[in-house]
Amino acid sequence: MSDKTMTADGVVARLASGMTIGIGGWGSRRKPMALVRALLRSPLTDLTIVSCGGPDVGLLAAAGRIRRLVTPFVTLDSVPLEPHFRAARERGAFALTELDEAMFMWGLTAAGQRLPFLPVRAGPGSDVMRVNPHIRTVTSPYADGEELAAVPALRLDAALVHLNRADARGNGQYLGPDPYFDDLFCEAADAAYVSCERIVDGAELSRAGGPQTLLVSRMFVSGVVEAPHGAHFTSCAPDYGRDEAFQRAYVRAAAEPDAWAAFAKRFLSGDEDDYRAAVAAFAEETAGEHA
Amino acid sequence: MTAEAGPMTVTRAEYCVVACAEAWRGAGEVLASPMGTVPALGARLAKLTFSPDLLLTDGEALLVGDAPEPGNGAAVAEGWLPYRRHLALVATGRRHVMMGASQIDRYGNQNISCVGDWARPSRQLLGVRGAPVNTLNNPTSYWVPRHSPRTFVARVDMVCGVGYDRAAAAGPSATRYHDVREVVSNLGVFDFDTPDRTMRIRSLHPGVRPADVREATGFPLRGADGGVPETRAPDPAELRLLREVLDPGGLRDREVPPCGP
Repeated sequence: MSDKTMTADGVVARLASGMTIGIGGWGSRRKPMALVRALLRSPLTDLTIVSCGGPDVGLLAAAGRIRRLVTPFVTLDSVPLEPHFRAARERGAFALTELDEAMFMWGLTAAGQRLPFLPVRAGPGSDVMRVNPHIRTVTSPYADGEELAAVPALRLDAALVHLNRADARGNGQYLGPDPYFDDLFCEAADAAYVSCERIVDGAELSRAGGPQTLLVSRMFVSGVVEAPHGAHFTSCAPDYGRDEAFQRAYVRAAAEPDAWAAFAKRFLSGDEDDYRAAVAAFAEETAGEHA
Repeated sequence: MTAEAGPMTVTRAEYCVVACAEAWRGAGEVLASPMGTVPALGARLAKLTFSPDLLLTDGEALLVGDAPEPGNGAAVAEGWLPYRRHLALVATGRRHVMMGASQIDRYGNQNISCVGDWARPSRQLLGVRGAPVNTLNNPTSYWVPRHSPRTFVARVDMVCGVGYDRAAAAGPSATRYHDVREVVSNLGVFDFDTPDRTMRIRSLHPGVRPADVREATGFPLRGADGGVPETRAPDPAELRLLREVLDPGGLRDREVPPCGP
């Protein structure tokens, strides 16, 4: 049995500038933030990021690492608009492939199924077709003759996802209510990396939930990273909810360059242990404020 | 109809909730997918009164068997609807969504993506989300809490939700299940039941004059002259449900502030 455990920095060492990288989760929910933070510590840049975007996109945009973003939205959920994404778009910082959510889902599915495209009744009539002139339509070969969007496969060089549990071989388990598209990301990628709250053995995976919670199969996984609180500050139900106080601080800091520089210095200049320590200190401060 | 809850006692937000609820009257056994507080209250009100077969989500991955306050968890789950299944459900048509709109035009084209030139917007918003797939597959309505010429525009900057003219131009596969039903705003209720499928006033909330809505709309509205009906008031049972069960904290008034007489 191959042991695929590695560090977050080990994952990033397998990536390269210019790659197309899919990031799992959804908005500000179960994002592989420890892996994103490791990516931020590296010199990797010129990336095509494929994501139902949240602060993963925000942080990478703020650091100038994105060449192209493929997304149906970027949001922080409890804060509707992602400040760094907004600022980056408004200064024209990167190219955008803006897709409808269903187009995005079927594009990932097509990639995993090794299909060139999938037909979807979404896109025509909307400006998604105008801003993506590379997307064609396809006419049904059957009697209906319907003309549908031929959503191209969203093939990925690498996928980064965060799950609640995994074993050392790469079987990933989600224990929250929504798998998001994490398994689709892994299947669409040449190499998928799973971070998780805890690496456990197979027996514990079986005890923790029914077989349908085993979302990601090791046959699609190249590396496993144990990253406690690795989705912070996004949610990772049922292990923890979104850190709303921290997210608010992130949003406030993003509004102003000096404040952002201070935030980045405090939280993003060290390694993951430094990050956890800085977050713990922040939590103590804010608890004090509300005491 | 009873007189106890006369218009004097009903707030603007409460008229809006009832107007949103009416969007799901007669919908049957479909998912009501409201976005925003007032539509969420409307969907719950419809389910608890005249549309008991509606299905609702908790805003995340559960179909809820009861009708909890927005933001509160469900006591009863009757199904599982994570995002992937929710998106697949859209294509079955068994859903009526009420989306927001940062911009909407006279044909019901909606924008939630960005303001200005898409290539480099003056104001980036959420992104297209699922508006393109929603509008081509299941009944779609809109909720606009602040009716103004900046939201009701002659031309939207990025067509996310597809309106009647754009669907027609895109052909029969776009129009096959296209059904933009109505737009509810803080001023009134609007629909597209006109020969050329342009927006008309269906009703105005009490206290709103046709001139008010004309001024707040960036395109000519049909039905802005002559006798415009008033949006119906909640009956006493609806008002009690809304105030005591669904929204005792008054979240509705934060989305639509009370206005003077």
